Amino acid sequence: MVTRGGVAATYELEHLAALEAESVHIMREVAAEFERPVLLFSGGKDSVLMLRIAEKAFWPAPVPFPVMHVDTGENFPEVLAFRDATVERLGVRLMIASVQESIDTGRVVERPGVSRNPLQTVTLLDAINRHGYDAVFGGGRRDEEKARAKERVYSFRDDFGQWDPKSQRPELWSLYNGRHHKGEHIRVFPLSNWTELDIWQYIAHESIELPPIYYAHRRQVFRRDGMLLAIGPYTTPGPDEEILETTVRYRTVGDMTCTGAVESSAATTADIIAEVAATRITERGATRADDRVSEAAMEDRKRTGYF
Amino acid sequence: MELLRFATAGSVDDGKSTLIGRLLYDTKSIFEDQLEAVERTSRERGDEYTNLALLTDGLRAEREQGITIDVAYRYFATPKRKFIIADTPGHIQYTRNMVTGASTANLALILIDARNGILEQSRRHSFIASLLRVPHLVLCVNKMDLVDYDEAVFESVRAEFRNFAAKLEIGDLTFVPISALRGDNVVHRSASMPWYEGPSLLHHLEDVHIASDRNLIDARFPVQYVIRPVSDAWHDYRGYAGTVAGGVLKTGDEVVVLPSGLATRIAAIDTPDGPVDEAYPPMSVTLRLADDLDVSRGDLIARPQNQPRITQDVEAMLCWLADRPLRAGAIYAIKHTTRAARAQVRELAYRIDVNTLHRDEVAEALTLNEIGRVTLRTTQPLFVDEYRRNRTTGSFILIDEATNQTVGAGMILDAG
Repeated sequence: MVTRGGVAATYELEHLAALEAESVHIMREVAAEFERPVLLFSGGKDSVLMLRIAEKAFWPAPVPFPVMHVDTGENFPEVLAFRDATVERLGVRLMIASVQESIDTGRVVERPGVSRNPLQTVTLLDAINRHGYDAVFGGGRRDEEKARAKERVYSFRDDFGQWDPKSQRPELWSLYNGRHHKGEHIRVFPLSNWTELDIWQYIAHESIELPPIYYAHRRQVFRRDGMLLAIGPYTTPGPDEEILETTVRYRTVGDMTCTGAVESSAATTADIIAEVAATRITERGATRADDRVSEAAMEDRKRTGYF
Repeated sequence: MELLRFATAGSVDDGKSTLIGRLLYDTKSIFEDQLEAVERTSRERGDEYTNLALLTDGLRAEREQGITIDVAYRYFATPKRKFIIADTPGHIQYTRNMVTGASTANLALILIDARNGILEQSRRHSFIASLLRVPHLVLCVNKMDLVDYDEAVFESVRAEFRNFAAKLEIGDLTFVPISALRGDNVVHRSASMPWYEGPSLLHHLEDVHIASDRNLIDARFPVQYVIRPVSDAWHDYRGYAGTVAGGVLKTGDEVVVLPSGLATRIAAIDTPDGPVDEAYPPMSVTLRLADDLDVSRGDLIARPQNQPRITQDVEAMLCWLADRPLRAGAIYAIKHTTRAARAQVRELAYRIDVNTLHRDEVAEALTLNEIGRVTLRTTQPLFVDEYRRNRTTGSFILIDEATNQTVGAGMILDAG
């Protein structure tokens, strides 16, 4: 509960408490109505917050479903370490769906010099099929991107994992329709109505721990397509790409090859809240190469089963 | 900060997108990269001005056809409140989208072009808002700049609408003369309309009193999920998790569990952050009961002297959402609070014309976007309140058992 005491006398609920209550409600619905839910957990801030809400929804019982990470094999080591420590602390079961394995077994073909990010869709759908998951929690938010702004909390996927934006089920009141045939599944987005600022305010309020790369730190980076990419095992600057060392942080955390850093001195959650409140560029616009392909890049990826 | 959800209805011609664009822009909620993307697309399409509708029309098909197909959700905040906008298309073939957006709204915002007055679609939007019991309705009389900011025009639209609205049940009705394009009375009071003494639209959205719109009288707690940890530390724990649907629940309260009708007390109201003394809508909490009863998902906890109606016969207004028409005799799956059952349509009493409010009593079917009064018989008893009294225990959806599509949205009427 976010706020009690004086506020309760008028029976008003603070906006973060209202958002939390809605997310808890959604997670309990899924746990009650589905046989094999799974929660996508990357160690990114939205999935960390989603897992915290899952903890709360079922307390004092443990989270009644496993978490799954679709690992491109090109992730930030700091984030992987954080992922492992978190699942260890909570005692939840971690499933890893490996893009490297999909490449090795020939399910997908890697193109040299191109991010593995789009390959994740196949790995994700294969894992959903293999384990028979019928509900898959994702941390997507409607404020992130305009195709997501149109997506339901319960997003139906056919047996190919496809999203059809033109025939979505109407979603009324808090009555969610999770019915599906065998082989189909529902993507569930309990954070649909949260904004980036809400996420950070909640992280501050709940003192939620995040991977260190969300906070300002010194790092060697280089500029490519207007983004600051980290120098690492999977990303090396070309001959005419200049290396600079500067103070940066990450607003989103994805694959190292397509997630850009932003120059920032925000070292604490309070600093970040101030920065997010003043920022003029969306987090995906600022830091995600994968969304820059076209106006409908996200819609196109989502149609084929992306997160 | 409080959260206010509002639904907007109208078409591009009414200036709805311009209005939303202005609200977002003036509250600094449009980001530069979003605006750049919209400007770029506008230029490529050869639009004469930056088409702010592109901000909300997020799907490829919408941009290609220049129409809004689906509900889009937008978010903005001021220092006073957080807002969620459900932006719904206004055209008659998208009635179901407006019904969807209105179902969770605290407030509905309807745009009227000052030059045209009340059109058929304004009447339709108002009827839907009233049917869905959206507690507050705001009529924005837009394009006042095109009628020389004339008070007489505004007054005449207001009188005409009041006359029509007398036939509807609308709790709180507010009129604001605006120019979305020029920003008059949107965020700031307009100097061009000194005769208007009310608040700007944003000011009204920030200040409108919504706390008493919830039902805080009739205690209703649909059990959603039973929490029974299998661990030594919590060996005897048994909690009933759910979202409070009405009233205020207090520790120590005498309660009754439906359908069994057994009475007990609330031993504790748990949250992961510790127990609380009381819980009210829309809190998600876990109740522990003083006695060891058989309680499961779909049961409902209420007060002994204030119980919902327990019935298998449901009278309701139904909005049809699917291509395949509804006909008397058909059987559907029904979801009502956390309860699932099957329902047969026993009778279609009439179909209502959403433009004229005329009742067609010889109608034999409801097709997509049509609204009518039906009688249902359910396989299990439901615990219902009138929709006008409680939007949660008074609403349900129907699901086609073959296609799994959500096909109907129902609002329960008094049995009488």
